[in-house]
Amino acid sequence: MEGYFAAAIIAGTPLLFATLGELITEKAGHLNLGVEGLMMMGAIIGFIVGLRSQNPALAIVGALAAGSIGSALYGFLTVTLRANHVVTGLTLTVFGQGFASFLGQNVMGSVIPASIKQFFAPKPIPLLSDIPFLGPIFFRQDILVYCGYLMVVLVTLYLYKTRLGLNLRAVGENAAAADASGINVTAYRYVHIIIGGALCGLGGAYMSLITVPVWQENVIAGRGWIAVALVIFASWNPIKALIGAFLFGGLNILGFRLQSMGIHISQYLIDMLPYATTIIIVIISTRKNKKEDMAPGDLSNPYFREER
Amino acid sequence: MKKSKKVLSLMLAMVMSVAVFTGCSKPAGETNDAAPTEETAATDDVTTIGFLYIGSKTDGGYSQAQHNGTMAVEEYFGDKVKTLIAENVSEDKQTVKSTAINMIDEGATIIIGTSYGFMDGLDELATEYPDITFLHFSGNKMNDTNFGNYFGAMEEPRYLSGIIAGMQTKTNKLGYVAAYPYTEVLIGINAFALGAQSVNPDVEVNVVYINSWNDPANEKSAAESLLAQGCDVITQHCDSAGPQLAAQDANALAIGYNLDNSAVAPGSFLTAPIWHHEKYLIPTIEKIIKGEYTPESYYGTMKDGYIGLAPMTDLVSAEAKAKVEEVQAQIAAGEHPIFVGPIKDNQGNVVVPEGETLDRAGIWSMNYLVEGVTGRDN
Repeated sequence: MEGYFAAAIIAGTPLLFATLGELITEKAGHLNLGVEGLMMMGAIIGFIVGLRSQNPALAIVGALAAGSIGSALYGFLTVTLRANHVVTGLTLTVFGQGFASFLGQNVMGSVIPASIKQFFAPKPIPLLSDIPFLGPIFFRQDILVYCGYLMVVLVTLYLYKTRLGLNLRAVGENAAAADASGINVTAYRYVHIIIGGALCGLGGAYMSLITVPVWQENVIAGRGWIAVALVIFASWNPIKALIGAFLFGGLNILGFRLQSMGIHISQYLIDMLPYATTIIIVIISTRKNKKEDMAPGDLSNPYFREER
Repeated sequence: MKKSKKVLSLMLAMVMSVAVFTGCSKPAGETNDAAPTEETAATDDVTTIGFLYIGSKTDGGYSQAQHNGTMAVEEYFGDKVKTLIAENVSEDKQTVKSTAINMIDEGATIIIGTSYGFMDGLDELATEYPDITFLHFSGNKMNDTNFGNYFGAMEEPRYLSGIIAGMQTKTNKLGYVAAYPYTEVLIGINAFALGAQSVNPDVEVNVVYINSWNDPANEKSAAESLLAQGCDVITQHCDSAGPQLAAQDANALAIGYNLDNSAVAPGSFLTAPIWHHEKYLIPTIEKIIKGEYTPESYYGTMKDGYIGLAPMTDLVSAEAKAKVEEVQAQIAAGEHPIFVGPIKDNQGNVVVPEGETLDRAGIWSMNYLVEGVTGRDN
């Protein structure tokens, strides 16, 4: 049982990074459907940098940079040139996949060096890891899982307890009003699109450096789309994103556990669960009609100052 | 001002999409550049062959195995053959047709489609282009003039890999990570289980389906859940090295598929049932060039060398190696059919009565899992 929950955390961590990334992006009013592509870019660049430099820190930096550059491109198209968010995001997905396949041709089947594997091996946290049941699940993990926890705390504090976070939410809710109150809408959007993209890249690198530390072409396999659904599931709240990511991670591997125990439920049914839960959550939150559970008001509306 | 921005955004989007195409189809592009029209006109003795892959030629599994065959063809024929390769061709009829027609326009006289879903597109093209020869891997359609198909008796090497697993397991539990519960996969599972049972009657095979041909992380997770249930040899009918890596992490053993992955997971990799597509392609292409080809539904065996086991690593015990070599020789000599009655399914029904042996048609109508296997059969 503990083994299953611990595996759910590992399956959920890349989703957590990507979800937080997309959440920050959407809080700035930008719907970036390129998460899948950004994860692919982070996965391949993180992998190649790790392979060549044998340095885990550089691999992570590489992945963050890849995600940043990809999302900066998206930002330029959608913020400065005011292109349609959905179309640009989809292009970015296709671009990211092609980019990763192209660069991946030369490293196909290469194995991540032992020094990096060692760095990302599970490291129990003293004391916390001894808590019965919860300890082995949450606190005997690799360093990036702990980074994920920390990131949730930081993003929550940033969004709800700082002036910058308040401004960011204002930009996402009503860019015109934010602009009128003297907030630099363009700068806020760029910065948060890029930070969001970097986190998506990190999520991708988790898949290629830790989950499957050998370059395999289809390493992300649709998890970027799950992250997009997760943002809605989490109703744009980082703490709910954490719960959702681990829940979805758990659902992702639930079918395999059941099958291997001889319980033969259709894998199609299991594959459907994350999406079905998202739909249910959306229905519930729409019925409750609470403002804080809703999408940012200006989500995917390009902002034209002249048209105010 | 706004207009120029729109133009700029359009251009950037175009650059992004163009980047994708160059990413995917570089090899085809290379051959294009190397083939000015003048040359094709001048040298009639060069045969152009178009290959359609479902994935990329470096996907670490299925398409890479196909591409290994293509490279062997290139090497064998040298200057006499020019290959055009289209990767990531989707299984949609229009895409298949337009990709193949582009190749024909570039001078291809042989089109080889390497995924089941290319069948209907190739079938229609075979009627529309009677002068072109179409070969299709894994399909069941053909005609009498220019459309043939080919596949292999993968059950033979699967059976052999089962022998290794059956002899090397300590827990008597074997794990099988499979893509979808359909005939080809069921045949492989059953052959593996019968091979294992032939040397170890107590062995059980536990099957987990992942609903995908290629999802490295899920393949690994599925293998991990089998390992958690006490399986100590993992095998797979899906593309990636995920199951082998999971086995390696758990100090267990693994049998791959499609490719020799001894370098990817040296801690777990025993062997893998693999394809030698060139064993079919080279003689068939030779016949087509000479004009002696008549379409057939080829079913390659170990006797032909079309399929086989990848070299067994040092993790395979000497005993198992000896046993595999013994049975391998019998299979290659045609003295050791795989599915020999009596065989019961896992519900206890007799599916192959005593004294009967399944032929190709019988094997390919399999819709059950044999006794000793836990898993869904539909």
